[in-house]
Amino acid sequence: MWYLCVFYHRLLDYRRPEVQSLAELFGGPGAGDAVEWRLPENHHVDSPFHLVRLPGDERLAAQIANRSLLVKGIYELWGQGTTYEELEKSVMEYPEERKLPYLTPESTFKIVVDSFGKVISFQEQNEIMKSLTYIPFKGRVNLKKPDHKFFVMETDDYGCNNGLPPVAQRTIFFGREVGAADRHLLPTYQLKSRKYIGPTAMDAEMAFLMANQGLARPGKLVYDPFVGTGSILVAAAHFGAMTMGADIDIRVVRDGRGPDCNIWSNFEQYKLPEPLCVLRADNNVPPWRPGLKEIFDAIICDPPYGVRAGGRKSGGRKLLKGTVAPYTVPDEKRGNHIPSTAPYSLAECVHDLLHLAARMLVMGGRLVFFYPVIREDGIANPAKYPEHPCFKLIASCEQILSMRYSRVLLTMVKVGPYTEEVEKEAEQWHREFRENHHKWMEEGNLHSAVFSPAEQAADGKPAIDRDSKPKYRGKTFHLFANAEDEPPRSDQGSAKFRGFNTG
Amino acid sequence: MRLLTHNMLASNARGASTGYPLKLQVVKWTTKEAEPNADFLRGMLPKLDWAALVAATHSLGLPGLLPESPPTDAELSADGAADDEGSALRRLHRALLEIHIEEGTLVCPDTERCFPISKGVPNMLLHEDEVRN
Ligand SMILES: C[S@@+](CC[C@H](N)C(=O)[O-])C[C@H]1O[C@@H](n2cnc3c(N)ncnc32)[C@H](O)[C@@H]1O
Repeated sequence: MWYLCVFYHRLLDYRRPEVQSLAELFGGPGAGDAVEWRLPENHHVDSPFHLVRLPGDERLAAQIANRSLLVKGIYELWGQGTTYEELEKSVMEYPEERKLPYLTPESTFKIVVDSFGKVISFQEQNEIMKSLTYIPFKGRVNLKKPDHKFFVMETDDYGCNNGLPPVAQRTIFFGREVGAADRHLLPTYQLKSRKYIGPTAMDAEMAFLMANQGLARPGKLVYDPFVGTGSILVAAAHFGAMTMGADIDIRVVRDGRGPDCNIWSNFEQYKLPEPLCVLRADNNVPPWRPGLKEIFDAIICDPPYGVRAGGRKSGGRKLLKGTVAPYTVPDEKRGNHIPSTAPYSLAECVHDLLHLAARMLVMGGRLVFFYPVIREDGIANPAKYPEHPCFKLIASCEQILSMRYSRVLLTMVKVGPYTEEVEKEAEQWHREFRENHHKWMEEGNLHSAVFSPAEQAADGKPAIDRDSKPKYRGKTFHLFANAEDEPPRSDQGSAKFRGFNTG
Repeated sequence: MRLLTHNMLASNARGASTGYPLKLQVVKWTTKEAEPNADFLRGMLPKLDWAALVAATHSLGLPGLLPESPPTDAELSADGAADDEGSALRRLHRALLEIHIEEGTLVCPDTERCFPISKGVPNMLLHEDEVRN
């Protein structure tokens, strides 16, 4: 059945993939792919109004809407028009047998008048409601807990600033609500009131979106190899998944800021089951036993890109003054020696992540992670996303950081088993990717975006061109922050990324 | 660190052949009750190295906790298994998820390299001269 799906006007790229992921989660394998979309006449894809066909009954629609962050509501559409006369005609034509069950005398109801891109006065709202007399409402009005909620939604030419075509043209919709989002969880989980956060903690809304892309739910195991303060796992645990995490920085995963302010306390704070395990480990040298595979249902993470919150890996070679051979840790110092680390390039980090996921995800499991890109002519180029023979990319959601740089949330599904042959093929793909990536970075100077935040203004926020047309596509946010969560390093001098010309 | 984690880890340092199973030296451990999830345990069972799990319970001084061979799916799914303290399901749940090693050491069987567990967090990071090239 087709529904009217009304979205919040934010994180535009994330909206349809979220609905499809939730369709898969509640509707079973294949349900996500079976979702169909249309746009109301004269609406642009950025419009908040979309028509969606869901592979299931109304309960599926309700489940999707209730768990979603970006769906404002899903409605059974009774009619629409560009004027109230057209709306009346359209509602009158909608089959009686679809309408009457919701208009019975023993039911209670409520009508809400909502507007987009314009303000409707209280008086106008009343008049609109009165004009609906052609619908035979027999039930009693109940504003607090009605059995049925009806919506009149009116949009004006919407979003036509910035010289772009309007995203919506004046349309009036009338529909019955089937389900609505519960954004109450956002104030509960907002970072502002979380005990333990670091400079790169994932904001609550994005963490929930990532958990939805990863199909987090009870009985599933979610792993974050760059767990930091655990903000992504907190979201996954909220949806009932079991969680595990690792990080190279022992201070972050073990100590936090004290006994009541650490990863574990973040789970306690929300009365969530604590992670099954938190490890100190380097994703470049993973500590999994031979033969262990296909154990995680999802890997969800925000990998370390960039100098200040950037990746480090084990094995930095420290050359002491006057020595020529690589440093060997003296036996008497091994106990509390802090291993030095080497820079971890983006290409290598992504390679290790895909390798880990190929081996450790169950078939059909999902890999969800952020990837930074240069925008070319105002778009992120999907040809430059990393690939792996075991994975199919099913969603890429761009969040624009500035005119030239974005981060893209990639969602991949494991579609093939990891064999030795595949591993060889993957190595080949990786070598090509690494070379290309090197080239793109020099061409586009992604380097300066990701690795030295030259674009940052003095207030520490990324400098954003205020007139940038597509800036409404994603809220701006702060990618690079303080170095507090960085892993220990004893070779400060080589902390810069190697091999790239800062130019 | 739970025994489930112990069952997944190995030493990846230079010089180790398989680096597995890690010997478990426990200084301090506790149990914390958790809600058993039968689906999760059934899914996990075929992925476990049973012998290593049993050996780990022995090093904690709990020789009777697990049988020598893994329970069957039917045993795990038996009626009332979740509520019966002695059921195969509850024992597996206890061993994998309710036992927490707070302080101790994981020792590589090949090289004797020690990986400390402190405040429940195993430290698997290698020294710079231990990374394989
Ligand atoms: C972008 S942050 C992720 C923050 C996390 N999402 C949170 O909620 O706090 C990246 C994390 O990766 C860690 N990291 C860097 N290099 C690593 C490596 N080689 N292996 C594992 N973790 C690493 C850093 O210590 C940092 O905590």
